[in-house]
Amino acid sequence: MTSSTRPFCNRVAVAILAGAALATAPAAAPLAKPHAAAAGKPALYVITLDNMKFGPAPAHVKVGDTIEWDNNDIFLHSATARDTSFNVELKPKARMRMTFIRPGVFPFYCRYHPGMTGTLVVSK
Amino acid sequence: MLKTLAFAAALSLSVAGAALAQAPNDAQIAHIAYTAGNIDIAAGKQAIAKSHDKAVLDFANEMVRDHTAVNDKALALVKKLGVTPQDNPTSQSLSKAAAAKLKELSALNGKAFDKAYVANEVAYHKTVNGALANTLIPNAKNAELKSLLQTGLTLFKEHQMHAEHLAATLK
Repeated sequence: MTSSTRPFCNRVAVAILAGAALATAPAAAPLAKPHAAAAGKPALYVITLDNMKFGPAPAHVKVGDTIEWDNNDIFLHSATARDTSFNVELKPKARMRMTFIRPGVFPFYCRYHPGMTGTLVVSK
Repeated sequence: MLKTLAFAAALSLSVAGAALAQAPNDAQIAHIAYTAGNIDIAAGKQAIAKSHDKAVLDFANEMVRDHTAVNDKALALVKKLGVTPQDNPTSQSLSKAAAAKLKELSALNGKAFDKAYVANEVAYHKTVNGALANTLIPNAKNAELKSLLQTGLTLFKEHQMHAEHLAATLK
């Protein structure tokens, strides 16, 4: 492996999230959106991977909020932070969740398909 | 490199030739797409068996995994549609050229193999993508087949980009 080909592909301890695999389930909302954004309560956002693209990243993610990655493709993907903060393996048609425990700007990509990219901005 | 280009040209000419003689029907398009996928799966398996470079192995595994997923989907689709993929001169030309390429690469080892494999992946995906965009997708009549081919084109463009990046690191 070369660093220029797979710049951040190490499996790392998930420092900023707590993840749990969900059973294969029907596709959720096509775009990232909060599911529990009542005032003061952590929100759940869904980012769908479809047709070799990440759906739009939610705009107002805060520490304590949860991101659900929903892989609607027939291909294995990952959501991998450039700074190695997280690396979520996403089997075809699978969902995974992670919860942010610190703020920051997190550019991410699919380590299997490096052209797939996005950025999550998490505030306090 | 010349042989790589010749192989790529074989696909380009054969698909273009088929298009000129008579637009391929859905059964032929399905066969061509499936054959093209199988060729890259075989090339990937050869690379997995021969290469010791982790980046090359990662790429080869990606090719086997992704092309297998597309071909499995294609098989399920033709079964659902009741279509029998139809062999044709383009598929035959592809298979013949691929067999020659596998034989050529089997004689190489180490860095020489890695570079030749990845160079061929660049050329092959570039040519397949051209054939998909210019011949196979425009001529596909069934909406689900057309959609699968479009998904394939999106995927294979990503593969081409990945292969180009990998080729640059092997120089």
